Amino acid sequence: MTNLLLIDAGTIEWSRAQFALTAIYHWLFVPLTLGLAVIMGIMETCYYRTKNNFWKDTAKFWQKLFGINFAMGIATGIILEFEFGTNWSNYSWFVGDIFGAPLAVEGIVAFFMESTFVAVMFFGWNKVSRGFHLASTWLTGLGATISAWWILVANAWMQHPVGCEFNPDTMRHEMVSFADVALSPFAVSKFCHTVTSAWIIGAVFCVGVCCWYLMKKRETKMALESLKIGAIVGLVATLLAAATGHKAGQDVAQVQPMKLAAMEALYNGGTDVGLTAIAWVNPFSQPDYENEESAPLRIDMPYALSFMATNDFHGYVPGINDLLNGYTKPDGTREPSVDEKIERGKKAIAALADYRKARQEGLPVDSLRAELATINENMKYFGYGYIKDKAQVVPYIPINFWAFRIMVGVGCLLILFFAIVLAGVYKWPAKLWQKNDISALPNWHYWIAIALIPLAYIASESGWLVAEFGRQPWTIQDMLPTWVAVSDLHSSSVIITFFLFLILFTTMLAVEISILLKQIKKGPDYSS
Amino acid sequence: MRKDSFIYRFFNLYYEGFKNMTLGRTLWAIIIIKLFVIFVILKVFFFPNFLKEHAKGNESAYVAGEFIERAEQ
Ligand code: HEM
Repeated sequence: MTNLLLIDAGTIEWSRAQFALTAIYHWLFVPLTLGLAVIMGIMETCYYRTKNNFWKDTAKFWQKLFGINFAMGIATGIILEFEFGTNWSNYSWFVGDIFGAPLAVEGIVAFFMESTFVAVMFFGWNKVSRGFHLASTWLTGLGATISAWWILVANAWMQHPVGCEFNPDTMRHEMVSFADVALSPFAVSKFCHTVTSAWIIGAVFCVGVCCWYLMKKRETKMALESLKIGAIVGLVATLLAAATGHKAGQDVAQVQPMKLAAMEALYNGGTDVGLTAIAWVNPFSQPDYENEESAPLRIDMPYALSFMATNDFHGYVPGINDLLNGYTKPDGTREPSVDEKIERGKKAIAALADYRKARQEGLPVDSLRAELATINENMKYFGYGYIKDKAQVVPYIPINFWAFRIMVGVGCLLILFFAIVLAGVYKWPAKLWQKNDISALPNWHYWIAIALIPLAYIASESGWLVAEFGRQPWTIQDMLPTWVAVSDLHSSSVIITFFLFLILFTTMLAVEISILLKQIKKGPDYSS
Repeated sequence: MRKDSFIYRFFNLYYEGFKNMTLGRTLWAIIIIKLFVIFVILKVFFFPNFLKEHAKGNESAYVAGEFIERAEQ
């Protein structure tokens, strides 16, 4: 991103890289926690219903793997909050209560739910009733899911700020409606997509581990029964992720059309727009969207993007150039051009400067109604006041384009994969599986399942790349670009912590993987 | 205290649980080292509260100054 300001460009880029590294690392643990929570909950439910110790041992085995991942993931998210306070202090101040409230609720709920129910889940076998233990296992998962909810509410607010008002005296956003913030439709669909995608990770992990046992011809009964549960959860979760992803796409079309245009490499919009199946977008450079009609070698699914974005096959979808130059919406209203938004942003900043100066000179608020009105009217485009060149508001298209295709492509592959695994375990159609027993296939079949574990993680992280790169340059959509949000730090200090994290995170990840592998190699402890 | 009282059973769950941990010991050791690194080393030495250090108690004025100045640059 070109930066025309005096603030050290390295500080912005390294702070972004550091935040991305921490978030990507944190996101390695979260989806497995949410996903395995469902898998182990179902297994323990089988134990509760059958009273068969086989299910108890199976549930305990998956709980052990859940526990390792949970322990390794604890507190990795806290580092993001430190980074807010150090690297993104202007942003942290500006968001005010909006972040404070959901994150505080998250902290309290997570602490109480997790410290009680996780303890009962691990320490309570044979000490509490089976019903209470089962409830604790599900509540552990529910607690983690509720935590995710609050974090996603905070993230959704940055992407689509609602339920708040800017106070020029405190320089903070103040919450006017907690319900609007906590139940923002954008947050709801983000939550649904994120959580269902996390279940996929748990399912792929479960199926991959089971396939390893089948390949080694060990723990066959446990592997086959777990495989069934993993594949059912996986198939349901991928179908749900596709449906919720579709909804997430519609929301993006409404509130972040530039993100959608970048995801689709849609340079010029229109009606009856197709969804790009594939096109050549150079992964290493920003395309010449101003002069190219569309990305080269583009093959699309006719009308699909119009339908996805507007629920109408002939609906209008703006492209990057339309968004830069302004356009008339189907309802007749006009979306201002970036130049017009820049003017409005500048007005808001100038009014803020006048207001603050007047207040310092002791003038009462009542005499500053005009300044306040200008701020409120133009706050929506406040961040555009810092834009010097239209190109700054176009996100890096290659990352958005390819990350979106990796996520959706892997999603489609996983639907097929889970369906085949289910067909295998239930031997349907019987004729096909007569000679092929799923527990005695050539090894390469199992290797595919194991290889899908990292692939599913890549898809999941790609989802975040789309969500976060797609809203660049905004830390708060249309209100605060990265170069205003960042603290005036020396880039060298950020570089040091970046590499410190890289070493720390890599070590911890290696430790986690080695403990996990050791426990998988050891296998379940059977009670009899 | 009666052994069937709720409080006894509640504390006993944690006491016995911690006492009989096997893999849990390693995990707790990792958690404690990690928390130490995060809260004592990283927070104290690498992640100071920027505004506390620079705004000297007047955060809103400092942030306003930054916002207005950066628009002029
Ligand atoms: C199969 C069809 C899928 C569609 C249509 C889809 C669509 C989307 C869209 C539009 C976003 C951006 C939302 C935003 O910026 O607010 C997104 C984000 C995301 N996706 Fe997907 N996705 C699909 C599959 C998957 C799969 C298979 C995974 C994981 C294995 C996944 C994981 C994520 C994650 C973690 C995010 C970021 C969180 C969020 O913004 O919701 N998605 N997806």
